[in-house]
Amino acid sequence: MKSRLHVPRAPARPGERSDFSYLKLSPAGAVPRPDVNAPLSELQPLATELVRVLDDDHRAVGPWDPHLAPADLELGLRHMVLTRVFDDRMHRAQRQGKITFYVKSTGEEAVSVAQGMALRPGDMLFPSYRNQGLQIVRGRKLVDLMCQLLSNTRDMCKGRQLPVMYHWREGNLFSISGNLATQFPQAVGWAMAAAIKNEDRVAASWIGDGSTAEADFHYALLFAQVYRAPVLLNVVNNQWAISTFQSFAGGEAGSFAARGPGYGIPGIRVDGNDFLAVYAVTQWAAERARKGYGPTLIELVTYRAAPHSTSDDPSRYRPKDEYERWPLGDPIERLKSHLIALGEWTEEREAMLMKQCEDEVSAAWREANTHGSLTGGPQLDPQTMFEDVLKEMTPNLARQRMQLAKELKKS
Amino acid sequence: MSQMNMIQALNSALDVMMARDPHVIVMGEDVGYFGGVFRVTDGLQRKYGEHRVLDTPIAEGGIVGTAIGMAVNGLRPVAEIQFADYIYPAYDQIVSELARLRYRTGGDFYAPVTIRTPCGGGIRGGQTHSQSPETLFAHVCGLKVVMPSNPYDAKGLLISAIEDDDPVVFFEPKRLYNGPFDGDPNKPAVPWSSHPKGEVPEGHYRVPIGSAQVVRPGSQLTIVTYGTMVHVCTAAAAAMNVDAEIIDIRTIAPLDAETIRTSVKKTGRCVVAHEATRFAGFGAEIVATIQEECFWHLEAPIQRVTGWDTPYPHAFEWEYFPGQARVRAAIEAVMEET
Ligand SMILES: Cc1ncc(C[n+]2csc(CCOP(=O)(O)OP(=O)(O)O)c2C)c(N)n1
Ligand SMILES: [Mg+2]
Repeated sequence: MKSRLHVPRAPARPGERSDFSYLKLSPAGAVPRPDVNAPLSELQPLATELVRVLDDDHRAVGPWDPHLAPADLELGLRHMVLTRVFDDRMHRAQRQGKITFYVKSTGEEAVSVAQGMALRPGDMLFPSYRNQGLQIVRGRKLVDLMCQLLSNTRDMCKGRQLPVMYHWREGNLFSISGNLATQFPQAVGWAMAAAIKNEDRVAASWIGDGSTAEADFHYALLFAQVYRAPVLLNVVNNQWAISTFQSFAGGEAGSFAARGPGYGIPGIRVDGNDFLAVYAVTQWAAERARKGYGPTLIELVTYRAAPHSTSDDPSRYRPKDEYERWPLGDPIERLKSHLIALGEWTEEREAMLMKQCEDEVSAAWREANTHGSLTGGPQLDPQTMFEDVLKEMTPNLARQRMQLAKELKKS
Repeated sequence: MSQMNMIQALNSALDVMMARDPHVIVMGEDVGYFGGVFRVTDGLQRKYGEHRVLDTPIAEGGIVGTAIGMAVNGLRPVAEIQFADYIYPAYDQIVSELARLRYRTGGDFYAPVTIRTPCGGGIRGGQTHSQSPETLFAHVCGLKVVMPSNPYDAKGLLISAIEDDDPVVFFEPKRLYNGPFDGDPNKPAVPWSSHPKGEVPEGHYRVPIGSAQVVRPGSQLTIVTYGTMVHVCTAAAAAMNVDAEIIDIRTIAPLDAETIRTSVKKTGRCVVAHEATRFAGFGAEIVATIQEECFWHLEAPIQRVTGWDTPYPHAFEWEYFPGQARVRAAIEAVMEET
């Protein structure tokens, strides 16, 4: 025998039949919920099973049911719907040339919304570019997000960053980087500092399936385990990394959650489109961290329903109907059906909510545009680009700023 | 000959080399089935198979590290780093390993790896899709560093890079992929079919690494530049009606100092232009070389035209970019004392 290079394949490419037979599912309610201080050996199965709460009849079942009040469920639904409406409107704004770039989170709203709700306001979040739901849960005004997207006079990044790379110091939302995976070890470091200072705050970070290939992912797991850092390390496995299927990040060999036990960290695989399961798992991991039992690696199994970004065309690399055949459904539909099954929601109220969110987004968009955009209205002063390179502007930069002023006067 | 844009020319270089040499393989993020986010590797996996065109995990350090291993075992990997802005996770493998392998083994081991990566701004990519980090590689002994400014050179240089037994970092100015760009974003885009260097032979040919090109002969001053700035400087000089000699260095390391020297000795005036930041930028090396070798021929201080010493700001892309106005000011300054 000779060796032969194995190259993973996507389960289906354009023109082929969508195939999710690779996806290992557990029935709702089937996975036990160990105590947060249980030994790693007892937690091992969580890394390969799939924690689910909502069953096919839209009821909440099993030990992971977080028993949320209907008002909280409604709030979760509202945040998810608002996130989706916001995404759709901003995607359209990019298509109309009003903003230069956008990234939707369609189909994965439960990840950010349920996780954001399960954490405390004082917990520090290190999001990726597909976690806008976290901003919405934390109460960031839509206008503020839009001003960033527009790079206008009210942009928190002062025009320096690509759209969606938000940050919010007061809201404990760290700056999003365009460089993948970099925030993962940073979140661990933040959590180590919380532990050094004996605080009960925890950190959480999010990374895509594809990005787990970066060394930073592995540094994060190692440091988190070594120092038992109070941190939630979340892998959003939405099956795709642009055109590359998750098997190229190691998904073929087992789950992403299973990376945890290898480092001595519990890993939990959860149905990322099940609002209740995501909430419960996050709450469990946060309690563990807060009580000093250390980090948890959470794999959220979901599907990237939208293109990777406004620069992407997924019809080139995956079947068009893949999302329709995705077995874990739509997180918004599933929570809505649950609320209806509880007798706490109706289609009429859903329609009203939709309309409210659309109006809210439209009003915010109008307001954001009064602060300018790259194509018109009030403009940031280009000379501000020389600020914040360092705390004090160097003489070299001051000179360049004058040179630019002259250049702009002449043109 | 056929009309090609820079993407097609690079694709053609890869195709030609893969057909000639079974040891040439292509690897990188999204380069296989999809054909690359800029489509440079389009169709290659279909033609040469999954063992020669590898989609990789998103791990730049892993890509370069494994490319080195493959090269040591007889292959000629051409690795794509999706954006030059994402090359840093691979920096250790490039600087500590790839660049020094030949030297530290007394020539017993070497790794003929080509690293292709799109660079430069002008596409509203913000600070993580716009950088020009060529100097970070030019400063490292043991690497060749290349940046073409047109489809003809791109193909010929990429073929030379792949055939080269030394490692080459190959920067592709992404703003030039679809057409030459004179620095004015408000003008309609011009395709490569309107430019003589958009005429590209279909087969194998080389443009030598380490050789600059005089793209426009002139007598009044020398403009030394590369990448996107070749086109910006050419347009600026034409608009000012100065008889500039424009040199596209094409290779950053090793630098063709002879072509620069000959020109500056003739004109006595010089502007050096690049898109990358100014401080310790590659322009400084060019200026120092001219100062050492042509001092007695200089009629005026040499001027540099560069991006500012800040990250590339999304909103102020065109205030940051060294456009024609900045080139013009530099030309005026060196021409002042005529
Ligand atoms: C270090 C680095 N390498 C490459 C890229 C280019 N890139 C941006 S997003 C992306 C895919 C990421 O996929 P995944 O981690 O699964 O996250 P998703 O987009 O699916 O949410 C790539 C390759 C980058 N931004 N940073
Ligand atoms: Mg993904």
